Amino acid sequence: MAQNSDIRYLTPIAVDTTKKKYCRFKKNRIKYIDYKDADFLLRFVNEQGKILPRRITGTSTKYQRKVAKAIKRARHLALMPYVADLLK
Amino acid sequence: MVNQYETVFILTPVLSEDQVKETVKAYEKLITDNGGEMVNVENWGMRKLAYPIQKKSTGFYNLFEYRVDGSFIEKFELAMKRDEKVMRFLTVKLDKHAIAYNEKRRKKFAESKKEEKA
Repeated sequence: MAQNSDIRYLTPIAVDTTKKKYCRFKKNRIKYIDYKDADFLLRFVNEQGKILPRRITGTSTKYQRKVAKAIKRARHLALMPYVADLLK
Repeated sequence: MVNQYETVFILTPVLSEDQVKETVKAYEKLITDNGGEMVNVENWGMRKLAYPIQKKSTGFYNLFEYRVDGSFIEKFELAMKRDEKVMRFLTVKLDKHAIAYNEKRRKKFAESKKEEKA
């Protein structure tokens, strides 16, 4: 049996090098999320217009709450759709 | 208590430009007559709605920013609710971060306008 040290790879194995997610609001010191800026809020929804979860965007809890609120306000004012397909 | 508020409202596209101006002025007057102080008025013009409201796909967007006593808001919203010209409105109380943000936004807005003219 080959010992562990005998195993060689021709190409280095793909080690997960995914970047760590971070909260863009904390990093850029953004304190207020504007519901009037629909283009910016579009980054936090999927093609159907649904709000993306924190685990995908990396937003911290505090700011996720604010993002959600801003999106909901934008929807009320018809700046963003409640339901859509092929939004992007 | 006097706070800073912000209201965005959508007027029906059936109105003419003059009628829009008239309505906006009437609401401005309502605010100032009740001891309010206008900080900013913005007219976004005719915009497409993300989804139809009252079977209409466009609307005149307007934004008010004002300082007024909190008890006035109820009256103001009631007036908007009763007004058939207003399709949708949203009033938000502004905290200190929001005020700072809006000032910055305003400056940007003014600059872009200046560039347009030049």
